[in-house]
Amino acid sequence: MAPQVHIKGSIRRHLITMLLIGAALLAVLLYFVVQSVARQIAQESQDNILAASATAILDNAAVIDGEIMIDLPYSAFSMLGDVSDERVYYAIRLNDEFLSGYEDLTPIRSNGRSPRTFGSMDFRGEEIRTASLQRPIFLGAKSGTLDVTVAQTMDGQRKKLARFSLMSLMIGFSFFLLTALLAAVAARSATRPMHRLAASVSRRGPGDLRPVEAPVPAEMAPLVSSLNSFMQRLKHSLAESEEFIAEAAHRVRTPLAVVRTRAETTLRRVEKPENRQTVREMIRAIDESSRSAGQLLDHAMVTFRADHLEPKDIDLPALVIDLVESLKPLSELRDVELKVGALEPSQIAGDGILIQNAVRNVIDNAIKYCGQEGRVDVSVLRQGEHVQLVVEDNGPGFPDDPEQNLLKRYARGENVAGIVGSGLGLTIVDQVVRAHGGTLDYSNKTGGGACVTLSFPSC
Amino acid sequence: MRHLILSLLLSLVLVPVAKGFEIEEQSRFGPGETTNVLRVLSTADLAFIRPMLLPFLSKYPDVAVEYTVASSSEVMKAVFDESQSYDLVISSAMDLQTKLANDGLALSYTSQATQSLPDWANWGDQIFAFTQEPAAMVLSNKAFEGLELPRTRQELLSVLRQYPELFDGKVGTYDVRQSGLGYLFATQDARTSETYWRLSEVMGLLNVRLYTSSATMIDAVVTGELAIAYNVLGSYAMNRADKTAFTIVLPSDFTTVMLRTALIPVTAKRTDLAGRFIDHLIERTNEAGPSLLQLGSADDQVDENSLRRIRLGPGLLVYLDKFKNRSFVNEWESAILQE
Amino acid sequence: MRFLLIEDNVELGRAIVERLSLDGHVVDQAESLADARDHCATADYDLILLDIMLPDGDGRTFLAEHRARENATPVIVLTARSEVSDRVGVLDLGADDYIVKPFDFAEFEARCRAVLRRRGGVAGNRVTRGDLTFDTLAGTLHVGGDDIQLRNRELRLFEIFVNSPGQIFSKSKLVDRLFSYDEDVSENAIEVYVGRLRKHLTRSSANIVTVRGLGYKLEV
Repeated sequence: MAPQVHIKGSIRRHLITMLLIGAALLAVLLYFVVQSVARQIAQESQDNILAASATAILDNAAVIDGEIMIDLPYSAFSMLGDVSDERVYYAIRLNDEFLSGYEDLTPIRSNGRSPRTFGSMDFRGEEIRTASLQRPIFLGAKSGTLDVTVAQTMDGQRKKLARFSLMSLMIGFSFFLLTALLAAVAARSATRPMHRLAASVSRRGPGDLRPVEAPVPAEMAPLVSSLNSFMQRLKHSLAESEEFIAEAAHRVRTPLAVVRTRAETTLRRVEKPENRQTVREMIRAIDESSRSAGQLLDHAMVTFRADHLEPKDIDLPALVIDLVESLKPLSELRDVELKVGALEPSQIAGDGILIQNAVRNVIDNAIKYCGQEGRVDVSVLRQGEHVQLVVEDNGPGFPDDPEQNLLKRYARGENVAGIVGSGLGLTIVDQVVRAHGGTLDYSNKTGGGACVTLSFPSC
Repeated sequence: MRHLILSLLLSLVLVPVAKGFEIEEQSRFGPGETTNVLRVLSTADLAFIRPMLLPFLSKYPDVAVEYTVASSSEVMKAVFDESQSYDLVISSAMDLQTKLANDGLALSYTSQATQSLPDWANWGDQIFAFTQEPAAMVLSNKAFEGLELPRTRQELLSVLRQYPELFDGKVGTYDVRQSGLGYLFATQDARTSETYWRLSEVMGLLNVRLYTSSATMIDAVVTGELAIAYNVLGSYAMNRADKTAFTIVLPSDFTTVMLRTALIPVTAKRTDLAGRFIDHLIERTNEAGPSLLQLGSADDQVDENSLRRIRLGPGLLVYLDKFKNRSFVNEWESAILQE
Repeated sequence: MRFLLIEDNVELGRAIVERLSLDGHVVDQAESLADARDHCATADYDLILLDIMLPDGDGRTFLAEHRARENATPVIVLTARSEVSDRVGVLDLGADDYIVKPFDFAEFEARCRAVLRRRGGVAGNRVTRGDLTFDTLAGTLHVGGDDIQLRNRELRLFEIFVNSPGQIFSKSKLVDRLFSYDEDVSENAIEVYVGRLRKHLTRSSANIVTVRGLGYKLEV
């Protein structure tokens, strides 16, 4: 089971959020810019047309016989009507004296002396835009200023602006949508290398600790390089622990082998019963310690391998035949009849070395504990979805005390005190079986003898 | 239908002068005891409006219509100066209608019918055109016997120049100083073509006779008093019984078309009825088709390209300007009166 | 039999050589792979005992070379490494068997016998004493035209007598050589096996006689 990963935030979500916030800000900005530009353009065009209208009126003012005559051209107002059905107001004044038009329309006076002045004001309850133009005029001896103010309501303008506003809202919104889409795509593509890396790493087998060699984006280089260096160190440390276990075994066993061999030689030479007894005890002690050391190291190795399980198909009957063959000398030595029973064709997925070790342990135990003239039967049976490896013997069986858990590490049956063994055997077997998703059962047969069953899921 | 018409309460009473403007006639149609009374102020006489009014009354039997006829300037005065309470104003004086709307004295109204109108027939959702009436030349058949009928202003000019003895004192047209419609036609003519001033000068030389209404001009042509009536409302001529005496010519160089319009004044009380009546007028004129043309039976002469519809809108305000009015009338007088 | 022991640990090597000599085997010792190659080139061996960790290389390299040369001499690997990791590898590389140090020489002999039996025997695995012939590998006793198959302990017991006819073996010595040190067996257990052997030998002139107070010996 993979250890739990603590998650805080998401790069992709963060990226999308940031991009969306940016997009939203830009969209709002775009909305206001488009609107203000539209407003300005609309106002300018209205101002221009109002000014053109006023200019047309001014151009048609003439003094005839000392009296001012203004021949309003039709186009002066019709041009205003061209754009929309706006109302039009005008006023013509000479030196502030009202001449024609709408008397209540007062010109806007600018501070500067510009001949063109534009402004907005309220007129008869409606907002209007006015353009006032002045022109000096000569009436005989005295001169004066002719002032023409042309005004227009802003109804249509407002409608147009509302339309523009809606349009700019749509532009802003579409921009936002498009950007959101792009943000999602960008975030996805930005995090894709990460997903790819994760997928390629999790696809690997537990023993595959090669560095990641596929090219990655620059931003991921630190991650990948520390991952690579981590794997390098892990590989190194795994190799070291494997090496350590092997080395430890070597260091412990070699001197034991020297002593044991010498002891056996000595035993052949000494004659005195008490000396012989001493040497025999020595040999037994050596056997016990070498076995303990071996099982401790085996246990370490099993733990190590079970943590990095790389399952392969295992032909269980073939494995049993090999093992029985290899254990034959040992059983013959004790005049124990080691036999292969029913072998139903079956395959399981697992680590061959571990399974072999577990089965060897079980058979080894059976040979050792079944006693004089004993018999050990090994068989492989298919039970539905499971494959059972059964090792039966006709020895004294397991102790009856149900309180005693033989699987607990270092526990050992009380009724086998005379036989060398650390008690680790069944613990190792159980560990291996569980690492393969199987179960270990042991029981005493009704007719006497022990029965150990290893159940594995078949594949 | 007939029963309905017979049951109409028809009164032709000159209203006592409680009002500050002159009215020509006032009638009331429809049921007497109803509160749904639509008050219409119009420049069109009863004969003109009746074909449009009667279907309306039969469509809405509980509505009564009080129909008041006045001259265009009096209509203007009634609405503009005295703020009389009328629900609907119908006028042929497009310039005055425009001014009413421009000065904020008209209410906006929209309905399916008003939206179906072409742009030129709707100004600011306040002025709605429901007829098109061309300015025509009415030629006496007797006077033109043996002569080719002029089809354009140029041809008219040529005829007048060629036979001054035939037409001296026998040409009639509107007195623009007296008639608003005459002034509208004249200014539009002048705006469209310089020919108008040459024609005016020639007519002046031929001692033109001036009138204030189309009907009297047509009468004069029928009696032989006039050989030519220029800028007469074609619609009046077409509806006459004594049409054989004259020929209506819509000048093919251009024909000025007046639009009769309706608007709802701000003082209206029954805007609902007024809107209903506007819809009715528009639908009525649209029955013949979408063209809205009521150019009468002289269809064969009508060339859409030669039609110059007077445009509703601020352009019409120009001729109401007192400077413009003064200078135009001055020019007209100097051309036509030959003083 | 003639063994080649390839073992770099001098102490262990000497001990093993000494121990095997007790049973009358001839053992040459090589302390490196190079040494081993020299020995293989100059002499024929019945069995090669190979250690895995050697100063100038891995025993498995030698194993692979040995098999590549199609040398038929069986190889038993002596390993001091973890039982788990080495086993499969050496067998795959062509070792005939392996045994983990420290080992019981009885077990060692049993394994040697099994390996040689599989390989079809060696010269001199048949011993003739008087009217009986004994095949030490197959464990068969040929007496008066009959082949008697001995069980393991009978075989080993008989082998002890046959290899040293006339020599007296005490019960306790026989127990040590017949039973594993972790088994608590009384000396009387020997009487059972001696009894069985005597039954097999009834038709032969040879017999196992009791030397009162000292033990047993084979008389031919």
